[in-house]
Order: sequence, then C-alpha cells, then structure tokens
Amino acid sequence: MANLAQQIVSGLASGGIYALLALAIVIIHRSTGVINFAQGELATLSAFICFALMNHGWAFWPAFFVTLALSFGGGMVLHTVVIRPIQGGPLLGIVILTIGLLIAINGLTTWIWGGTSQQFHGPFSTAPIRVAGVAFSKQDIGVIVVAVVAMLVLGLLFARTKLGLGLRASAVNPSEARLVGVPVPAMLAVGWGLACALGAVAGVMAAPSLFLDPNMMQTVLLYSFAAAVLGGMDSPAGAVVGGLVLGVSLNLLGTYVDWIGGELRLATALALILAVLLARPSGLFGRSIVRRA
Amino acid sequence: MSLLELRDVEARYGEVTALHGVSLTVDDGDFVAILGANGAGKTTTLRAISGTVKTTGQIVFQGERLHRRTPEGMARRGIAHVPEGRGTFASLSVFDNMRLGAWTQRGPSARDLARVFEFFPVLYDRRDQQAGTLSGGEQQMLALGRAMMAKPRLLLLDEPSLGLAPLVVREIFATLRSMNDRGTTIVVVEQNAALALGSAKHAYVLETGRVVLGGAAEELRGDESVRRSYLGY
Repeated sequence: MANLAQQIVSGLASGGIYALLALAIVIIHRSTGVINFAQGELATLSAFICFALMNHGWAFWPAFFVTLALSFGGGMVLHTVVIRPIQGGPLLGIVILTIGLLIAINGLTTWIWGGTSQQFHGPFSTAPIRVAGVAFSKQDIGVIVVAVVAMLVLGLLFARTKLGLGLRASAVNPSEARLVGVPVPAMLAVGWGLACALGAVAGVMAAPSLFLDPNMMQTVLLYSFAAAVLGGMDSPAGAVVGGLVLGVSLNLLGTYVDWIGGELRLATALALILAVLLARPSGLFGRSIVRRA
Repeated sequence: MSLLELRDVEARYGEVTALHGVSLTVDDGDFVAILGANGAGKTTTLRAISGTVKTTGQIVFQGERLHRRTPEGMARRGIAHVPEGRGTFASLSVFDNMRLGAWTQRGPSARDLARVFEFFPVLYDRRDQQAGTLSGGEQQMLALGRAMMAKPRLLLLDEPSLGLAPLVVREIFATLRSMNDRGTTIVVVEQNAALALGSAKHAYVLETGRVVLGGAAEELRGDESVRRSYLGY
C-alpha cells in the first residue's frame, strides 16, 4: 500500500514533467499550427543555461527565473525570425524545419557543453519526507508543486487576462482578431515564448534525476507527444491530464507487471496511446471536427 | 465633413483585379449602402477600407492619407469591420467576444457592457455560452454588440441580413438606424437593395469593380435602372 502511494507520487512527478512539455507542444500547435519537434531540445538548452549560471556562482532560484526569462525571449525570437517567414508554406516544410532545429540545437548544446552526462544540483534534496508514515522523495513533491504552480499561472493568464484573451483569439481566428485590433503576429510570438518558458521549467525539473546531457529530453519529448495526442492535440487540459496519467500508468505498470521492465517503458506508453486512440480517435479530450458537407 | 474618401482605389486578389478604381465619399454621421450583384466588389471595398486587402490609390480617413495599413492599425483608428458571416469567435464565450470588441479601448468598461446588453438583452442571458451555439440572428447581434464595444468612428458591415429571418433583419436595421442617430457613421454592404435603401441616407452601386451610380438613397430608390436591376420592378 505504501509502495503504491510512493509509485503514484513518483509517477505524478515524472508525469508533471511530461505534462509541462506536452502543454508547450499544444500551445504552439493550437496557436500557430506547427508541431514543434524541437521542443525537447529547447528544454535541454534551457536546463544547460541554468546549469551554466549556477556554475558561475548563481543560486538556484535566481538562475531558474533568469533562465525562464531567457527562454521566453528566445521563444519569441525563434517564432519571429524562423517560424513566421515559413508559416504560410506546406506542412512538410514546417515539419522538416522543426526537425532541423532539433538537430541544430542538439549539436549546439553538445558543442558548448560536451556529450558526457553532468550532475545537476536541483533545489530539492533527495532526502525522504514522511507523510502519514510513508516516505516520499522531497524531490518528487517539489517537482509536482513547481509543475502545478507553472500550469496554474499559465491557466490564469489565458483565462483571466487581456493578454490571454488576445492569445486565445489569435489562435482561434487570427484574421478576425486583427479586425478587432489584436496584434496577432506579436501574440503568436508571445505564445512561442510561453511555450519555451514551460519547456524550460520541464527541463530544469527533469535535470536532477535524468542527468544533464544533450540528449536528456529526447525520450521525454516522445512521452510528451504521446500525452499531447492522448489528450487531444489541441486541448491544454488534455495535455496536462494526458501527461499525468501517462506518468502514473508507466510507473504502476512498471512496478506491478513483471514483464514490463525498463526497456519496455516507452513501448508500453505508445501501446497505451494506440489503445486509447483506437477507441477515441480524437483523444480523450479532443473534439472531433464535424464539417457540414 | 468627409470622414472617409476612396480615390481611384484598385484591389487585386493575385492575378484578378476586383476593384478597378473605386471612388466614394462617406461623410461624418452618414449611413451609406453599397449595393451590387454578387462579385461586384462590395466585400472587397470594405476590405480595402479596413486594410485587409492591399490596395493602390488613395484612402483618406479623417483627413489623413493612409499608407501601409494593417487591419490592427485601422481598428485602432476607430474602424470596426464586421465581415460576412459575422466573424464571431465561435469557440469563445459571448462575454469573451464582447471583451475582444473593447480591445482597442483601455478595457471593457462596465458602462459600455451595460449599454450593449440593454440593446441586446439576449446576449446577457447567453453571456457564458459559446458564441458558436447562438442562432444566426443572435450571432449578428453579438457582432454588432462587439462593434459597439469598440466605440467606432466608422462601422463597416458586410451583408448583415444574410441568412436571417425577415423579422430579425428588421430589428438589426432598426438598431443600425438607432446607432446612426447617436452619431456612428455606418457603411453597409447589402445584396438586399430595398432593405438597405430603406435605412441608408446615401448609396453607391457597384458593377464589376466600378462605381456606376451614387447619390442620395431616395434618388436611387426612384432611379429606373436601379429599380429594374436591384429592386425588381
């Protein structure tokens, strides 16, 4: 019983990281229609930036927030300079572009910091904390809290603020949004900025347990895509639920089903996705688009 | 006092020229109808005014010649364009649609919202509903309400009567007349010439991208060619 609780919490922690990255993917897809294959590598880059700041003597939290700001800015620049020019073009071109970005950024981080794994000292100790007699990892709880806070902040931004309204309008109906005065190109850039900031949170939270190296987020990206698709590609709530469900299921399946060991985790995740999509093609939260003939 | 002037405006969609040198004037406080058959260039004229389509020729608004216009920029100058099909944000709530109308203002003031809800009480009832679930008439009211939130100097409406029941259409035009009485300058594109001429003060008739007739609404109502081509008698 205690083990179950621990596995669930641990699953929520890794699920939280998948959820953050999945949310980033969904935000970008919803607003600009681009599937950003480079999202994981951008998160890794953010983690390395935080790492570099800390190596220069910065404490974790200042380094973290500066990394968030830099990631936000970087995302905005990336959209304006790289994505906007090709946005009207064929889908395949855009896909190839983001895959190219993935390779380029991976190369960049390897070139600057080398390929060997490094130890990243996160803000949470790995010491256990006892709740109702069960030992949980402080790090797991910390990651869950940070992920939840990040998602809440983003949710409030989108739902309650004027900026959030503009972002939503630009995603839903850009030409009409321009007619009411919303600066749509700027909004789309902000959307990318927010997504990259989310990715930064995911990367920094993942680094302590995954060990920092240029390929750190590649598997996470796959899980996050699975989560985004599971939740219905355009649903932010779906991405979050998908990520958490995936994290917990993987942990529980890995623990309680004998033949699902470490190597089969990813396959299990993908099999789960397949099963859900066979039953509900538009994902758990997705809306099937019905067009009148 | 002329609020808007188009001088020899040309507009193209790729290879196809939709407007061949359109010239017209809209005075402050005017209610102008733009009439013509399908494909005559009526929608393109509105798009030219709101900056949605690239144009050559001169567009003068509030005495200022406008170059390099963007839709957002024109909205900031006080031009509200309600496109064909209402242009509502279907997946957002009615309330969010109204908030968007007030984008160019500091923010939706409670007084502005109250005024719109007074005009259209059904919007208040449905304020939390998704805009796409409203009926056609209600969506048109939402589009108008949203335009009112922007407190525009110039209101452009593209085919407001399209797909609506006659009773609803009469209500809409009554609202437009009321807005016009309160000082909003209105330009309406309509295929339903009789309806438009019944409310407008001035009108222009377009044919294949050119203005072929223009003048006071009463004059056009009496005009032979207009009666035969557009009024059916």
